[in-house]
Amino acid sequence: MEDLCAKFVSQKLSKVRWRPAPATALQPPELFATGSWDNEENKISIWSVGAVESVCPNGEYQGEPQLLCDIRHYGDVMDMQFLDQERIVAASSTGSITIFRHHQNNQTLSVSQKWERAHCHVDSDTSACGGASCTGVICKNPEIVTVGEDGRINLFRADHKQAVRTIDNADSSTLHAVTLLRTTEILTVNSIGQLKIWDFRQQRNEPSQIFSLTGDRVPLHCVDRHPNQQHIVATGGQDGMLSIWDVRQGSMPVSLLNAHDAEMWEVHFHPSNPDHLFTCSEDGSLWHWDTSVEVSEKTSFLHQGGRSTFLSHSAVNQPNVNQSVVSAWLSNDPTKDRMEITNVIPNPTLSVNSVDVLGPCLVCGTDAEAIYVKRQLFA
Amino acid sequence: GPGEMLVCEAAFPGAGGLTCPPVLFSNVRDQDIHLHTLRKLFNESHGIFVGLQRSDEELSGKSKKAQEDVIQMSLVLLGSMGVINTLVTVSVFPQVSILSAMELIWNLCEILFVEVAPAGHLLLHLLDWVRLHVCDVDNMVREVLSSENPSKHELFWNVVDIFVLQGRMEDARHLLSKEATANPTSKGMCKILDDLMKKMPVLGLGNTQTLTEMELKWQHWHEECQRYLQDGTFASNPHMESICKILLGDENAILEKKELMTTWYHFLVTHLLYSHPAVKPVELRFYAQSSLDQFLGGENSPEPLDTILMAAFEFEIHQVIKECSIALSNWWFVAHLTDLLDHCKLLQSHNLYFGSNMREFLLLEYASGLFSHHSLWQLGVDYFDHCSEYGRVYLELHIERIPLTTEQKALKVLRICEQRQMHEQVRSICKIMAMKALRNNRLGSALSWSIRAKDAAFATLISDRFLKDYCERGSFSDLDLIDNLGPSMLLSDRLTFLGKYREFHRLYGEKRFSEAAKLLLMLMTAHIAPCSFWMTLLTDALPLLEQKEVIFSAEQTYELMRCLEDLTAGKLDNQKLQDDDIETTKVEMLRLAFARNLARAIVKEGTLEGS
Repeated sequence: MEDLCAKFVSQKLSKVRWRPAPATALQPPELFATGSWDNEENKISIWSVGAVESVCPNGEYQGEPQLLCDIRHYGDVMDMQFLDQERIVAASSTGSITIFRHHQNNQTLSVSQKWERAHCHVDSDTSACGGASCTGVICKNPEIVTVGEDGRINLFRADHKQAVRTIDNADSSTLHAVTLLRTTEILTVNSIGQLKIWDFRQQRNEPSQIFSLTGDRVPLHCVDRHPNQQHIVATGGQDGMLSIWDVRQGSMPVSLLNAHDAEMWEVHFHPSNPDHLFTCSEDGSLWHWDTSVEVSEKTSFLHQGGRSTFLSHSAVNQPNVNQSVVSAWLSNDPTKDRMEITNVIPNPTLSVNSVDVLGPCLVCGTDAEAIYVKRQLFA
Repeated sequence: GPGEMLVCEAAFPGAGGLTCPPVLFSNVRDQDIHLHTLRKLFNESHGIFVGLQRSDEELSGKSKKAQEDVIQMSLVLLGSMGVINTLVTVSVFPQVSILSAMELIWNLCEILFVEVAPAGHLLLHLLDWVRLHVCDVDNMVREVLSSENPSKHELFWNVVDIFVLQGRMEDARHLLSKEATANPTSKGMCKILDDLMKKMPVLGLGNTQTLTEMELKWQHWHEECQRYLQDGTFASNPHMESICKILLGDENAILEKKELMTTWYHFLVTHLLYSHPAVKPVELRFYAQSSLDQFLGGENSPEPLDTILMAAFEFEIHQVIKECSIALSNWWFVAHLTDLLDHCKLLQSHNLYFGSNMREFLLLEYASGLFSHHSLWQLGVDYFDHCSEYGRVYLELHIERIPLTTEQKALKVLRICEQRQMHEQVRSICKIMAMKALRNNRLGSALSWSIRAKDAAFATLISDRFLKDYCERGSFSDLDLIDNLGPSMLLSDRLTFLGKYREFHRLYGEKRFSEAAKLLLMLMTAHIAPCSFWMTLLTDALPLLEQKEVIFSAEQTYELMRCLEDLTAGKLDNQKLQDDDIETTKVEMLRLAFARNLARAIVKEGTLEGS
């Protein structure tokens, strides 16, 4: 774990995100943003982990994240994403969505746009509008989709004051997370264990499909789509269970994996190496799932801190696929698939709230007010 | 909050009955930095604390791990100090900040209690300790060394003195050589002094000689210095003469350099270095007391920091902890120190009169302080976990008072309670969140919370709400929820009814009438439906009865009739009089429909097939 660097930052981190690399860039990411929660004054901060060799005046060793700038954020940062190289969208527990702009020349942050009350509750007794937390945000420049505790889905466009589309009461429970499926489709997960696919081309405010787990309706907290194969989706639940779904068929998950001991807060496919998956949880662990391991390589079992497991498959029949690229996540043959699972955090104590991966780098934030950065994921 | 725990003392002296010693002030202006650093300190020490308790549970190499943690904790403190020190130099107050004081005390406890250095090594550790904590000489040193002609600098001899006082012979000799080159007349004296310094016996650092050997050598060296002094070798240079006197351990000569040493413990260590280098731990107390008295010279009274250090030199661990508790208004220090000493098996546990031991008492106080902070409460949980007597009770009381501002926070608190089987707290938190959701018309959320708490009563409440909505509006809201209840339907009877009732509507919509009919009847006969709803159900049966084909069999019709009779018979006579016309008409219609259906059914069943 020599390449794992920890830094205590005096704020509990709810979200960490790498700044996306420009399409042609080959170098590893250098900048990431963090959002805090549970503070009287929460902040969005930008940090740099450049490959700078200089030792800082107070003796911190190289490679440690350096704070570049920060800005006050009203309410807990519930979700955050980079809209483009300079703008960050942040979802707040007050129900508002803010776009921050990072000025590279003088290293400052400023508020570029704000939608107040994007999410709110209407009290049935008093019909006053109370704040409802916005829980998830996803964006594809210039569109931003947000979901919240009020069960509402909003579609915004950057630089447009009003929401382009709002689906009120899309869900009777809390929507925890959202991801883009196809160009006009999104997928949401909620606190009664359902996945819903919404198509913005349709005018009616109904989901086009609903999936759920058989058995207990365990709330789902996070969702992520496979970067190349748009029908594969991974979700994480309150009981720490990782499920892989194929949205083309069946209303049941393809695989169910017993992952964590407590809520899984985030799940991410690696954007360029999708055989690798990352999950982080309330139980303090961060698992790196690697399906690219071949069975013949027995030596991989000696990897410290790792364990291997079989994918457990449901009895759903897979149609004969003629694809040359069969995703390891959906693959049918249990004897052929082995998975390497490694815990990235040594000595876990408090929850790992957020993780992000880009290129060879991983960053995560914890409730123990620490950031961990790992620079060599695939060494 | 914890930041206030330190700063409050500065702002409101005498608050809470604690006298405010000037030495332990922290600059009020540094409050923000302090909070930032304090949070780092609390989080890092939390990690170390948890690691120590866990390794203790694993029962392997206990005291060694504890020692490692002491060192680690010191490093953490040192890290925090790095920020504070840069401030102390620019601040108006020259006093030692609280963090400096804590580090000072901590390191001394480390040397005396944990490492238990024996005679000989003890002094070396104490020297390191002194060198580390009297930092303002560095500026002076830098100034002199960077000047063009160091030996002509006005502070030159001060620097040489301080090097000698701290036993930094190499550095002192280096400077002396500069003086020798610059001032040829004193070259001879410099050479002799340099020689003496070089020859000074120092124990440890890989020496294989025993203590007795070293003491012997030291005696010889001491006598040699004595000879040079008495011969008047340094008589022409008062600076060098005073240095020679210092080397001989002359108390007055050392005391003259009071301003350079600044503290009595520096004086103590210097004095020991040059008079009793092989001092034993048990002898420390006498020298410490006399050093303190001499240094203060009867003008000032000892300050709280001095009392604490004195207690440490006297090896009175409990006294140290007690004094620290009084002087430092923050519990962090004593709680962690006591815990570590306890793990090193140094504290005999004597029970305090209210039942728990000192370690637990301090940890409880510290953790309670953490809970008063809006964000650091999560750390407090682990501390309570490791207080065996009262930890759980404290946790139960504190955790209920955490404001649940978002669902995510509530989930975290819930997880803490569930992991510790605190069922009552789980129920109450889920109920609070469910009520909130209900008030905001988020029925799905409300149901999700009651499922988590396995709260059947609340599930019933929610189902009643749905049913009420249905009765008022004639259609179900939130179909996505009711249609997909799954096994959670079984949580409460009312919920099951709701699910099944919706299923009935679906079957009807899909025109699967006989199945719908069967379901409807089952809802009543199996008593799944609440009595208040039977009327609605029976009314729902009407369209089925009016269909062209016969849906309800004779048997089923008898059942329906019986249900109706049960329903009407249950009403009291005066209630029947109060019933408005609509009610009586309904009953009439039903009876008519049942009778008609019965007739058709009997006919149908009596008819032979195919004829």
